[in-house]
Amino acid sequence: MRIALFLTCFNDTLFPETGKSVVRLLRRLGHDVAFPYEQTCCGRMHFDSGYRRDAAPLARAFATAFAPYDAVVTPSASCAAMVRGRHPLLARDARDKRADAFRERVDAVAPRVFELSEFLVDVLGVEDVGAFFPHTVTYHPTCHSARVLGVGDRPLRLLRKVRGLRLAELPDASECCGFGGAFALKNAETSTAIGADKAAAVMRTGAQVLCADDNSCLAHIGGLLSRRHGGVRVLHLADILAATAPHPELAAYPPGDPAHASLDPVHPAPDRPREGVPR
Amino acid sequence: MTAVRREPAFLGMPPFPEAAHHALADRRLRAELRDTSRTSRSRRAEAVDELPPFVWEKLRRAGAVIKDDVIARLPDHLEELEGSVVAAGGTVHWARDADEANALVIRIAREHAAAEVVGVPAATTRETGLDDALADAGIRVRATAAANAGLTVRGADFAIAETGTVCAVDADENGLRSVTLPDVLVTVLGLEQVLPAWRDLEVFLHLLPRASTGERMSPYVSLWTGVTDDDGPRGFHLILLDNGRSDVLADRMGRQALRCIRCSACLDVCPVYTRVGGQAYGSVPPGPIGAILAPQLRGVNRHDVDAQTASLPYASTLCGACFEACPVRIDIPAVLAHQRAQLTDLGRGPARHREKAAMSAARWGLAEPWRLGLAQHAAALGRHVIARMPHVLAGPLARWTDGRDAPAPPPESFRTWFKRTNGGLDEGGSRDEVPGDTDDETAEGPSATPREEP
Ligand code: SF4
Repeated sequence: MRIALFLTCFNDTLFPETGKSVVRLLRRLGHDVAFPYEQTCCGRMHFDSGYRRDAAPLARAFATAFAPYDAVVTPSASCAAMVRGRHPLLARDARDKRADAFRERVDAVAPRVFELSEFLVDVLGVEDVGAFFPHTVTYHPTCHSARVLGVGDRPLRLLRKVRGLRLAELPDASECCGFGGAFALKNAETSTAIGADKAAAVMRTGAQVLCADDNSCLAHIGGLLSRRHGGVRVLHLADILAATAPHPELAAYPPGDPAHASLDPVHPAPDRPREGVPR
Repeated sequence: MTAVRREPAFLGMPPFPEAAHHALADRRLRAELRDTSRTSRSRRAEAVDELPPFVWEKLRRAGAVIKDDVIARLPDHLEELEGSVVAAGGTVHWARDADEANALVIRIAREHAAAEVVGVPAATTRETGLDDALADAGIRVRATAAANAGLTVRGADFAIAETGTVCAVDADENGLRSVTLPDVLVTVLGLEQVLPAWRDLEVFLHLLPRASTGERMSPYVSLWTGVTDDDGPRGFHLILLDNGRSDVLADRMGRQALRCIRCSACLDVCPVYTRVGGQAYGSVPPGPIGAILAPQLRGVNRHDVDAQTASLPYASTLCGACFEACPVRIDIPAVLAHQRAQLTDLGRGPARHREKAAMSAARWGLAEPWRLGLAQHAAALGRHVIARMPHVLAGPLARWTDGRDAPAPPPESFRTWFKRTNGGLDEGGSRDEVPGDTDDETAEGPSATPREEP
């Protein structure tokens, strides 16, 4: 099986460590992974902001870059969702003389694109990836992984098999963090207001690390945690699954320390009822 | 563009981000929204969960299919409805826009010499601004009917083409009373609220109460058909309101918004609505459905729209919670993205030259791998600034750092690392080691957040 890594422009530029983690992890599991240099971006930002005309050539380039591979793995649920769900739309709308080739390529490539946890569990058939990470972790299911891709509990199944890892349940986990791509800039105030609730929920868990399968949401929540001096680090799922040693920079963080919850001015109470999670 | 008056943006309403700013400042509003949405969400979840597996999903699909059939053959269904209503002794009126609908109500009131009407609050009459129009015409509006009440104006949820029956699922007994007590009953209904047949009602009487209030069935369901001797109102008027709806039909992607049965489920699960409330949208209805319906009713698929309208499709994180909750499976995120394309690619919104330029530049930078590499190099050069001051970014990105710290770009992009080390095979060493990098501030590992110095 020829496996290609689609790292996404965002990770490539800002979070290369996550890419290295994916490579290290797959090698440890006995698979090699190629990085096609022609890859740049799936066009999510353009598509979601309404610039479809700009997104289409990026989708074309994507299909060309990844055509030679049997499987494409990406540590970004939102970019996987873009490729699988929206590239076919862009191909369908194409009107030029190369449109047929574009459609054929997308039809061939898009279904072979997997988010990391899908790839590990469904394609490789592993849940225990042999990781060791002796810290308390809470997991945020991002909207694109949970609702659009429907990865379900795959990331949690992987995390539960990590040695030394303690999983702390995140209250209202299925609520959006408020990032929303361009929304984070266009409606910055609302975005941070939504994110503040997520950050507060994360701090209430007492976890040392917040984990998700998308660095874009993590950058948003992490930026809020950092601004509040929340004391919680954010790490991509890949970074935890690739780990084989304690993370040197994670201070012990006593679970449920009310001192941290009190940093949130809107919801000062340290424990709130955990009902009402939307379906 | 026709001279039709659209569903009005409240006069002087600012674009969404500005309106949201005021709403967010209201702490009490935020706490209230939080509590009410939390309660409705859990009640709705309970009502749906108690159904046998897959039944809810089957009902949703049935609801969507019936509504899509209505939308596809709307003129046929409406003609049949008109025939059935007339056969049952009622009168059908057609209103092209809000003004025509209001004028019809006023005319009917004057014909019956009513100086006062009972107005049962409804989405359609709010949409047309009926209360104000009545006041301007010198007709008083009361909210409840105590006794035999003269003339009542109300909305409803469905009208059945086959039988001419109007159906309303109300929140309280006031709604029930409003269909039995008056002499004359006027119902204002959106064109899309017609259902083909009596048996279709079953699906929606399962869907609506569960999605709306989390009840299995509403105790206040009224059904009324024409006029009957010695029972109920003597006059039956049905006003069918277009007000931009037939324009919505023209848009293949957008017209699924006409499936909406106004249950408000999407509001309660929306991360945006539950923080800013309904006022910020300046539309009837508000929330996710308002964000896709109002721009269409105001003609975004036909002509330019104002800044307030153009801001609505961006008032969403595209999280998909609304689609998941919607009892008739309206893919709201897909319609939002579609409308954003109408606003930018088709130029139907106020021109945003700077954003367009930025998007073009980004697209240029992403079109070739070497260009992306160049941008990454530039980002790496700026990393020292961000690492020291994660709270200050310049330009449009300042909106990021108003409330959040920014991640510092790493010294080396992944693609450079992969090339340099042959995908790590030539590297060896431990995970956080980046050979060739001697800068002490860089040993941060894969953190998304730069650490503040104590
Ligand atoms: S769009 Fe919203 S209000 Fe309309 S039916 Fe769907 S969930 Fe209910």
